[in-house]
Amino acid sequence: MTARGALRLLGGAAVVLWGAFTVSFAILYLLPSDPVSIMLSQSAESLDPAQVQALRERHGLDRPLPEQYLTQLGNALTGDLGTSVTTGAPVTDLLAEALPHTAALAGLALLLAVLAGTGIAVLASWTRARWLRAALLALPPVGVAVPGFWVGLVLLQLFSFTWYVFPAVGQDGFASLVLPAVTLAVPLSATIAQVLARGLDEAWRAPYADTAFGAGASRNRVLGAHVLRNGSLPTVTLIGVLTGNLLGGTVVVETVFSRQGLGRLAEQAVTTQDIPVVQGLVLTGALVFVVAGLLADLAHPLLDPRLRGRRAAPAPRAVPA
Amino acid sequence: MSAARTGRDMTRGLRRPGAVVAVLILLVLTAWAVAPGAFTAHDPVTGIPAERLLPPGPGHWFGTDHLGRDLFARTVHGTGLTVRAALLAIAVALGGGAAIGLIAGFSGGVLDDVLMRGIDVVLAIPGLLLSLAVVTALGFGTVNVALAVGVASAPVFARVMRSRALHVRHAGYVEAARLAGSGPVAIVLRHVLPNAAGPVLVLAAVELGAVALAVSSLSFLGFGATPPTPEWGALIAEGRDYLAVAWWYTALPGLVLAAGVLAAGRLGRTFEAEGRHAR
Repeated sequence: MTARGALRLLGGAAVVLWGAFTVSFAILYLLPSDPVSIMLSQSAESLDPAQVQALRERHGLDRPLPEQYLTQLGNALTGDLGTSVTTGAPVTDLLAEALPHTAALAGLALLLAVLAGTGIAVLASWTRARWLRAALLALPPVGVAVPGFWVGLVLLQLFSFTWYVFPAVGQDGFASLVLPAVTLAVPLSATIAQVLARGLDEAWRAPYADTAFGAGASRNRVLGAHVLRNGSLPTVTLIGVLTGNLLGGTVVVETVFSRQGLGRLAEQAVTTQDIPVVQGLVLTGALVFVVAGLLADLAHPLLDPRLRGRRAAPAPRAVPA
Repeated sequence: MSAARTGRDMTRGLRRPGAVVAVLILLVLTAWAVAPGAFTAHDPVTGIPAERLLPPGPGHWFGTDHLGRDLFARTVHGTGLTVRAALLAIAVALGGGAAIGLIAGFSGGVLDDVLMRGIDVVLAIPGLLLSLAVVTALGFGTVNVALAVGVASAPVFARVMRSRALHVRHAGYVEAARLAGSGPVAIVLRHVLPNAAGPVLVLAAVELGAVALAVSSLSFLGFGATPPTPEWGALIAEGRDYLAVAWWYTALPGLVLAAGVLAAGRLGRTFEAEGRHAR
């Protein structure tokens, strides 16, 4: 990739992040209430107007909205996302504290999802037993339909309360990570299996597969050398998108398994209506999405040589069909 | 004759066994939503303290909860709220998304670019986080949860609507209508909308299950219905504290939710496939 191409990608990413900041500001601050009055509306103790005014001034809420927007945007650019309304801690500290727990969970879930999804799709596309193919392809719609919180609770019931295999709560060690990661991986693996199976089926029917068969290649050889490589391109993009959306799934999973991560932070911030924290999490979600998308874009040329050094190479003489 | 033939073609996909089961499940759930009292004699809100945490049996098909309430009754009575919330969310997503897509696709130019960049931005925020932000701003409750889920689902509808509107905009009959003196509003209402409605409605069917899932996830987190109102997500959340002693409390209502989402998804995909054949 050329320096100019990289710069354009980064520029696009920056625009999306700025957009996400603006959207979350619009949702959280343009609506009739502000963080302090929302927080006070549900706390039992009543403050006198002077105290309320002091709170509003400390969070800069007495300023006109455009000024608040510009101040916050400037602060966000310098890495300051404000302070939590409920605890007073800097939002970036809260995010940094929760991030490692969620990263471990998300990483393991993604690994499990890729393994399971690829296994289902490749086996379904490889096998000649129609019943096995039908059975394997019936799995993904179920995986997408079962509610994540329900899967988590059923797993807890079986593995923690009936068979005592994994701990029910806590986040010490690998054992506590298994059930939450499996829960998070179920819908991901289902989506990966669906898209990969479709991609592989198309690749089997492609002319290059016929050519390879004609040249005497075995079924396994065609699968390994041609079909997998070509058929998995859409899946790489999909994995980028799924990674970008992982933060949404962790809200439910971390709540079910009582793990202190970004998702649980989101659940708590919404419960206490802590607007700066919610906004920080929305921005984190958009950042993860953008970075995951960039990585997926960078991974494409590794799988498809046609995408490699497109600018450096002389214009292709003939495009292979 | 030709009408009868297309009618038969359209229902062919619906006659597969999987689709038949899906339709049956959705019919049962619709009936539960419309007339819950016809399916259970038990009270969903007040329990009988002597019958606490009973396992499933002839008297209580889904068992009872920690207050002695019949869980089958709570599940049946909860259907209406969950289904209505999902439908409201779909309506918001469809209305808002379709309007944005229509404006973008039909006007083109700078407005199109700006709107679609905005849609890209919204898609970059994980759907559940976006819904949570809206719930934080609007406050809790089933209606707000439905609105929040609808807002987060709108971008997909905007994209489909825009692509249809772009497609139709350059069609011969739209050019003809324009030359004949029709205003933009008349063209949109009479030509663009009817032609774009099919794919957008199919998308609504496909998304219905996912939206129901998102609504119940938010209720499960405690941002939706307030107790003792029965709602599927909230119902399952209540059972969390009794996992070790009452498996039926979370397992059976969750199974109903999963069956409903699966059936809606199956039917949506059938419509999608039929739509592809028809075009």
